[in-house]
Amino acid sequence: MKNDEDTVKLAVKEALLGLGERAVLPEYDSALLLSARHKGSEQDGWTEFAENFSAVSGKPMQEVTDLVEFLKEGGFGKGYCDPELKQAVGEVLVEAGLQVSYEFDHQRVDDYVFGITKASGVIAESGTVILNDEDTVDRLAALAPWVHVAVLTDQKKVFANIPQAIENLGGSSNVIWVTGPSKTADIEGILIEGVHGPGVQICLRIGEGK
Amino acid sequence: MSKSVQPIDVFARDLPRETRDAVLSSVMTRVAGRKAKLEEDYGDPDALRRLAGEVKQHTLEHLDEYLEQAEAALLKNGAKVHFASTAEDAREQVLAILNENGSKRVVKSKSMVTEEIHLNDYLEKNGVECVETDLGEFIIQIDEDTPSHIVQPIIHKNRRQVAESFEEHGLGEYNDDPQTITRRARKHLREKYLQSDAGMTGANFVSAESGRLVVVTNEGNARFGMAANGLHIALVGIEKVVPRDKDLGLFLNLLGRSATAQQLTVYTQFIKGPRSAEQPSGPEQMHVIFLDNGRSKVLASKERDILRCIRCGACLNVCPVYRQTSGHGYRAVYGGPVGAVLSPLLAGDDFPKYADLPKASSLCGACNEVCPVNIPIPELLLRLRSRANQEGIKSAGSPPMAPFAKLATSPKLWRTAMTASKAMNHLPITMMPVKPLQAWLKIRTLPKWSGGEFRRWMKERGRN
Repeated sequence: MKNDEDTVKLAVKEALLGLGERAVLPEYDSALLLSARHKGSEQDGWTEFAENFSAVSGKPMQEVTDLVEFLKEGGFGKGYCDPELKQAVGEVLVEAGLQVSYEFDHQRVDDYVFGITKASGVIAESGTVILNDEDTVDRLAALAPWVHVAVLTDQKKVFANIPQAIENLGGSSNVIWVTGPSKTADIEGILIEGVHGPGVQICLRIGEGK
Repeated sequence: MSKSVQPIDVFARDLPRETRDAVLSSVMTRVAGRKAKLEEDYGDPDALRRLAGEVKQHTLEHLDEYLEQAEAALLKNGAKVHFASTAEDAREQVLAILNENGSKRVVKSKSMVTEEIHLNDYLEKNGVECVETDLGEFIIQIDEDTPSHIVQPIIHKNRRQVAESFEEHGLGEYNDDPQTITRRARKHLREKYLQSDAGMTGANFVSAESGRLVVVTNEGNARFGMAANGLHIALVGIEKVVPRDKDLGLFLNLLGRSATAQQLTVYTQFIKGPRSAEQPSGPEQMHVIFLDNGRSKVLASKERDILRCIRCGACLNVCPVYRQTSGHGYRAVYGGPVGAVLSPLLAGDDFPKYADLPKASSLCGACNEVCPVNIPIPELLLRLRSRANQEGIKSAGSPPMAPFAKLATSPKLWRTAMTASKAMNHLPITMMPVKPLQAWLKIRTLPKWSGGEFRRWMKERGRN
């Protein structure tokens, strides 16, 4: 296969030859990027996350029983749960009469109405859920079902703001920030939720120290 | 066509009312939303815009170093890196990667750079199905149309037209409810994802520091394309590199707000390399193709600032010319103010073909004011007008300036003309001595001629 590596690199080098003094990289404090709405340390991170997540049509929850009620009311009877969340979430759902599978079969992704996977963190300032490849047991399980439940178990992973979350991107080969349900406004600017990904995006916070 | 009427004027004149209304109502909503969001969150976003512009300008002026750094980081992360000089080279490289892997079905997320190299047609001709998965781009594809806006590709269509297309292409009976249309697309495209053997994306940014590619979508289509198959190919313009991960925060904060009035786009992916061994879904191979296709020539030019563009579309929304024409009036992949600069430059030797585009602007400066990377678009438009003039490229919309130059360089002639021209106040349009002026005055009125007043005032002032 033809690779124009040398040609492209040389063209770029030559393009810059005629430049006199080149522009310097400005140093800046990332505090400049913070939204005026950001509460910072004035408010507990989860509370700020919950407000901002709700503002982008996300559903923050703090009790598994709330999730059970939501799924039952919405008629979302069948889905997938990460085996690591079996005890804390899966079994509670099963007890309430919901059908839970702990295996995600790629051949029948549409059979799962909900998908419950682990969140790798949340961002308070923007109402964002963070998923990385190490914590997300299967990318499709967090994307294909109509309802996605991201479960936050580590309270230390509540990042105050975007710069802080960037600093903590970590070594994962794939990190995705999810700020609300999948949406489009392509047709006449009218907002429709649930295009390719979930139409309902939930973040459930469980575990010690919440 | 009169010499004073540009091709874009003709396009705007002939644009169906329905299309103009669709464009206008969408851009007005976007302009208001962007302004409200930025003001709410930052008060005055100017400091941030200027900073982002400086970071990008610095990157461009050190692109040789940053490209090397980005390449090294990506290789270290396990990705394969390629470089393509031209559109043709890029197309061939994409096909070669697909062929090596026996891939025949590609799902593609929205990418202007793949539009630029006309990838879909090429792949189809070579036996590869390439399906657009962004809802707007999917509609463009089934209609065999082209996008008319960087962010909202079907801004020129209304729901009835979309419903008719869906019906025509066997995607259900006529129904113009946007939610029904979206659900039908979800169902149809889900099949395509699950059958696909490769996913293509562009990239919004590439961090030279870590090699992270950032891809943002609201629909989740890029994520699906990178969850349902084992091969990821990213086609990336060389100007997409930024120095550090820290800078991603700066640009992401500006991109979402400027493009769609969101603090962040719904799905923001940071992709370092192929999936980890433990992850059951996602690409085992990641290929990044850095594309030049004229960019290094733009970098060598005095209009290099245009390469700062992060494709938010804010300048299109706010432009009085774009609003009357849609993107199609610009006859090129990139429309609006950014396109009026970029398209003639990227055209290379075909510059004369697009030399009229820099004149498709009233130079009102709104594009510069909203630009998240503070590109001085009006200044660049003027430079390109001047370049066309210097290269002797004639295009409609340039009234002959030689008579004016003669007048303006002879005080005696000027004085006489100023006084004599008062006769114009009494002349009917058809008797105007300058032809282009006749055409111009058919749709406009001139204020009363008062030539010579300023000279008289100066004289009086001298006496006192």
